[in-house]
Amino acid sequence: MATAVELPALSPTMKEGKITKWLKKEGDKVSSGTAIAEVETDKSNLEIEAYDDGVLLKILVPEGSAAPVGSPIAWIGKAGEKVDESAAAKPAAAPAPKQEEKPAEPAKAAAPAAKPAEKPVPATNGRVRASPLAKRIAAENGVDLSSVAGSGPQGRIVKRDVEGAAAKPAAAKARAPVTITRGERIKPEALPISGMRKVISQRLTEVKPGVPHFYLTVELEMDQALKLREEAKAQDTKISVNDIVVKATAIAVRRFPRINQQMDGDKLLQLHNVDVGVAVAIEDGLITPVVRDADQKGLAEINAEVRELAERAKKKALKPEEYSGGSITVSNLGMYGIDDFIAVLNPPQAAILAVGAVTPKPVVRDGQIVIRNMMTVTLSGDHRVIDGAVGAEYLKELRALLEHPLRLLL
Amino acid sequence: MAELQYREALNQALAEEMERDANVFLMGEEVARYNGAYKVSQGLLDRFGSARVVDAPISELGFAGLGVGAAMVGLRPVIEMMTWNFAILAMDQIVNNAAKLRHMSGGQLRCPIVFRGPGGAGGRLSSQHSQALEANYVHFPGLKVLAPSTPADAKGLLKSAIRDDNPVIFIEGELLYGLKREVPEGEHVVPIGKANVVRPGKDVTIVTWSRMLTAVVEPSAEALAQQGIDAEVIDLRSLKPLDEDAILESVTKTNRLVVVEEGWPWCGVGASIADIVQKKAFDELDAPVTRVTGLDINMNYAANLERATQPTVERVVAAVNEVLYRS
Repeated sequence: MATAVELPALSPTMKEGKITKWLKKEGDKVSSGTAIAEVETDKSNLEIEAYDDGVLLKILVPEGSAAPVGSPIAWIGKAGEKVDESAAAKPAAAPAPKQEEKPAEPAKAAAPAAKPAEKPVPATNGRVRASPLAKRIAAENGVDLSSVAGSGPQGRIVKRDVEGAAAKPAAAKARAPVTITRGERIKPEALPISGMRKVISQRLTEVKPGVPHFYLTVELEMDQALKLREEAKAQDTKISVNDIVVKATAIAVRRFPRINQQMDGDKLLQLHNVDVGVAVAIEDGLITPVVRDADQKGLAEINAEVRELAERAKKKALKPEEYSGGSITVSNLGMYGIDDFIAVLNPPQAAILAVGAVTPKPVVRDGQIVIRNMMTVTLSGDHRVIDGAVGAEYLKELRALLEHPLRLLL
Repeated sequence: MAELQYREALNQALAEEMERDANVFLMGEEVARYNGAYKVSQGLLDRFGSARVVDAPISELGFAGLGVGAAMVGLRPVIEMMTWNFAILAMDQIVNNAAKLRHMSGGQLRCPIVFRGPGGAGGRLSSQHSQALEANYVHFPGLKVLAPSTPADAKGLLKSAIRDDNPVIFIEGELLYGLKREVPEGEHVVPIGKANVVRPGKDVTIVTWSRMLTAVVEPSAEALAQQGIDAEVIDLRSLKPLDEDAILESVTKTNRLVVVEEGWPWCGVGASIADIVQKKAFDELDAPVTRVTGLDINMNYAANLERATQPTVERVVAAVNEVLYRS
């Protein structure tokens, strides 16, 4: 049976892709994992791989043409096999949102769904089967049983199923700090949205459609940070002010996990890993590669990583997973001599820091006018998610970290 | 502490209680001159004389009634039934008299009597002689029902039974008489209505009593431990009154219950335990209460069929895996 190759969503924001080059011709043998075409997305150029073994029977989208995500671009099957083109029309006509969620899985055209359901399904009459204990645990923890997959007979939801689901909201309720071992990725958890939060979100979106921004500005003394940079240089370790800012930004997020929340449709997500996006200007655009777990990385490591990411960003060679997600973004225009500016949020993140140049300025210390190296940071916040006071607390922590960078080690 | 056989522990309890209270006497078939069909009354005739250790004719209804009458007027009879299979003949005295006298006399009469003897399968004795009949007796108000599984409990509970002012059905394990374990000397009294957590565990509660404890449940718990399952084993000892608290406390901890009983499934003791637990611990249950019982058939004579009719380690292990949703 011939299988349609559908255009996968290669980045979270990708709606369509242009086939820049077919790497295989019609009649060529392909196997699962073989790159068959190059696609230009809104962010990068990427290769599409075949998911089936067989022969490339027919190319549906010629080089230079664009196709929407989820639409068939080619057929793979046995040599000489006839392609039922009518079957191709169906997935193409269907709206794409489903495919966007599962980019890596091309739907099998007209494949009979004979495979038994992996997860036992709830009873057909819509009743959720759950053990009495599972129901009690669910009620105590505010877990919606209809969203839990049961592992008992006939899909019965039992203790172990509901405990997994309950652990997350319970942790959110307690606001227990999440500890992450290096390299561990913890799934974001959905938080219940309070009525007040909902109203704030609705009203602000009325006034400021889209993502309602608010802004908070602080001026920070960077003398100690500069000294740290000089000391590192003396040790033949190259670090930049921006690396220090990235690290401080991350540690402050770790300490204020409220900043690490995002609006996701009608849900609020609490992220656990602290990933910092670093805005990089590239030819006719801008991209924000992400330093994962920046709170756990050393300055030299951050320096090397940012540099490497920025280089590849300029070559448009970043993979989508390298520039998607993230807790917060650092946008630094200091090197362009900009003193202060306001950044537009990088959705779905709820905060971005606009970092200006470090400039010697007269400031008052102990009643005396003295010269200090000052840097202006403006936080833009998604007001649907966080409020001014939360942003202010966050900046207070950021100030403490940057003005006394010894704290970065504590 | 001395190691005694189950029968020796019972003998000790009888001797101590007869020594302690001159109103206690033993009556039954072959209890005196033959020293008991299972040698529980060994030496008692010589020690206490024929007025207190009395051979009865082969007439269970008759000597059960004699016992009830003696209890009404102030003695403390211990009536030995050669086995509980034969006590079916005495049901009218036990049920209609012993169990009801206090009630029907408006509290004027007491009936401090113990009916005791072996129950459960023997070993290739076929259907008429291989019955676990405790479910019959727990059914009736007015009777206490005990079924000890170890020599120490046999001694301690028999002493409590003899001292109790109500009729007590005391079911010994026919295949337990030779079981040898430590028994405390002298005044060792086990209270009626108290279960014993024989093995603490966290994953599943297994409730049992009498011979099933040592013959099936203890080896099952060991087999389960090999599979990484930590079973809590409760020996009820006393079937009525039942130690509900012990069962409920354990189920609250483990969230699952398996009852292992030698008797038949219909209206068995385990059925009532399941009823109590589903009612009082509904929100603690993560799986249906599950029972492992004797099969709902008459006992076969053939050894392989006899084994297959009774609860086995394999069936208990399977039931535990089922309630743990492992299989």
